Amino acid sequence: MNDMRILERDVETNAIKIAAKGVQVFYGDTHAIKDVDVDIQDKTVTAFIGPSGCGKSTFLRCINRMNDTIDVARVQGDIRIDGEDIYDRKVDPVQLRAKVGMVFQKPNPFPKSIYDNVAYGPRIHGLARNKSELDDIVERALRNAAIWNEVKDRLNAPGTGLSGGQQQRLCIARAVATEPEVLLMDEPCSALDPIATAQVEELIDELRQNYSVVIVTHSMQQAARVSQKTAFFHLGSLVEYGETGQIFTNPEDPRTESYITGRIG
Amino acid sequence: MALGLTGYVVFAVLLLTVGVFFMARGKARSSVGGDVRVLHSLPSYYGYNAAMFTAVPALGVMLIWMLAQPMMIENAVFKLIPDRIIEEGSSRGLVMSDVRRVAEGLDVAVAQGALTSDEAASIRSDSTDIRSLLGEVGVALGSTVDSEVLFAAQEYRNQSAGGLFWMSVIVMGLAIVGGSISISVTRAEFRARNVVERGALVLLILAASLAILTTVGIVLSMLFESINFFRLHSWTDFFFGSSWAPNFRGDSDLSILPLLWGTLYISLIALLVAVPIGLFAAIYLSEYASPKVRAAAKPLLEILAGIPTIVYGLFALLTVGPALVRIFGRGDDGLLGVEWMSGATAVLTAGLVMGIMLIPFVSSLSDDIINAVPQSLRDGSFGLGATHSETIRQVVLPAALPGIVGAVLLAASRAIGETMIVVLGAGAIAKFSLNPLEAMTTITTRIVSQLTGDTDFASPETLVAFALGLTLFVLTLGLNVLALYIVRKYREQYE
Repeated sequence: MNDMRILERDVETNAIKIAAKGVQVFYGDTHAIKDVDVDIQDKTVTAFIGPSGCGKSTFLRCINRMNDTIDVARVQGDIRIDGEDIYDRKVDPVQLRAKVGMVFQKPNPFPKSIYDNVAYGPRIHGLARNKSELDDIVERALRNAAIWNEVKDRLNAPGTGLSGGQQQRLCIARAVATEPEVLLMDEPCSALDPIATAQVEELIDELRQNYSVVIVTHSMQQAARVSQKTAFFHLGSLVEYGETGQIFTNPEDPRTESYITGRIG
Repeated sequence: MALGLTGYVVFAVLLLTVGVFFMARGKARSSVGGDVRVLHSLPSYYGYNAAMFTAVPALGVMLIWMLAQPMMIENAVFKLIPDRIIEEGSSRGLVMSDVRRVAEGLDVAVAQGALTSDEAASIRSDSTDIRSLLGEVGVALGSTVDSEVLFAAQEYRNQSAGGLFWMSVIVMGLAIVGGSISISVTRAEFRARNVVERGALVLLILAASLAILTTVGIVLSMLFESINFFRLHSWTDFFFGSSWAPNFRGDSDLSILPLLWGTLYISLIALLVAVPIGLFAAIYLSEYASPKVRAAAKPLLEILAGIPTIVYGLFALLTVGPALVRIFGRGDDGLLGVEWMSGATAVLTAGLVMGIMLIPFVSSLSDDIINAVPQSLRDGSFGLGATHSETIRQVVLPAALPGIVGAVLLAASRAIGETMIVVLGAGAIAKFSLNPLEAMTTITTRIVSQLTGDTDFASPETLVAFALGLTLFVLTLGLNVLALYIVRKYREQYE
């Protein structure tokens, strides 16, 4: 890995998009997230790294309240997006999830056509007034997800018939189509081959211009390649959070250094 | 009761089997001086191997022999009976059953001491009154015994006894040969374990093919009787005629179409009841119900599936039918003040109750199918800001649709083949009508009524039951195959 390049990467200081304070998550009796404070910047790719079971995915799922769909999960603490508490009683989790898109570990296109997959969110939320507007939204989303050229001639083909990498980009297009402000990605490349991974990573870097992207990854190289900020989780706690170059070259915490150098994980 | 020769043979073979088991096991053990680690297989495998070779061929031959012997003897004995008797007694089968009965009577007489076995073999009907003699030992005969029939019966006994003797010799021989060969091959390097394994495999294959062969047998027996029917009755009337009016003058109208209409109409109503209720129940149970509710509600719903259909039939006859009459009938005394329904038996009665019967069928299958839809699809939909019901409507149900269609088709084939509910609830009038408040009849009901009571298996009115049954079988088989094909195709998609 070219460490020099990481060091030279410029990190713009953007406004804070997501502010988490004292977040605790319990699955039944298990204390999965312990007192996590983190400020995530707008128009930045933030990577969550850490060994398996360290809580990084759980924390990610707090940001769009996906943990609400799990009966035994309980979330405490304070998470604000643009200053608004998302766990406030006034907030409808369904509306919140339209604003905070999510891409999952395994590509999960619906058993519908490519077009219908992308149009799913806009249709549910009534984003298009007519068919041509919907067409525009779908095209824009597919272009944003860098898959338009591959599928423009077969929008009516089933989404499940695409290759793994194409499916994942279709899922990103689907998430982008609802015009979210934040895009959460839960190990989006773990089911993909290296070429598809490279395509998706390139896409993530482009998405940064419009969205605040939070990506959970097992691959430290990937975190180093795509993110500007990195958070290291260990055993449910946030150990260290900072600029990616800083974390990978000069970590403050000995546990981070152990993980980066491969001694734990 | 004392054991017959066959019983002794079975007993001897089993005894021999047990003995051979211990001998082979002991030989295996002693061949290595008690150190079983040197043996290829555990000692008991050698025992099982020997037992298998003792019992299986012997008992197998015995079984086949006992199935084949009566047929062969009957063929041989039949030649002894002159045509004169057959013409009087109308059919070969009747005469042969007389012969068998006389032969059994002689057996009983010998067993009770009324005759010696020599007398039984040499007795002649012109010198003795066989009928009264057998009557004394408790075997009643319908008419006096012809000398030819008596002779045939004696020949029958004679050959049976001879056959039995040779069977016993061969079976015992096989058991002894099998046992001694298997003991002689018992050595340390003999792979008894593999042979026993092979034996178990054969047993499993046998069980599987027995199930399949039974199906084939059922179809064939239906097919032959149906062919008999179509010899007596024109197939165009059966398939394309328009009325069902059996009588015993020999000019019956026997058309399947009015019955098929009744069957399909009642099934349609049943599905209209069962599919929405069952599907909604399945959606609630698999998507919304908490684990506690689910654990309680699912078995309760499935209790419905355990109720015998005759009980549903009673429910239709005693509760649902009269309730419907109270609503749609009785003129001014009824709830609606109309006179549309005269009796409790009607298409609607049977359809409603059958629908209730099918609810657990649809719900339980759909529940499995909905559960098989990957959670990742639901997460994907939730992650886009869809509500639970939007997710179910637009993602889960479309994904589960092929499977649900399969479940509905399976339910439909149950409905078409259902008997007791329609016997009690639907009535007995075969007609084409769109009015669900009228009594109508179904294929299954007619099969029951054509085959109950005194039946003559040479008349088209009786044989039509087999043609109806075969048609029904083909219909439900087609639906089942289609349903299974759809369900299987769907399963592959997510595995």
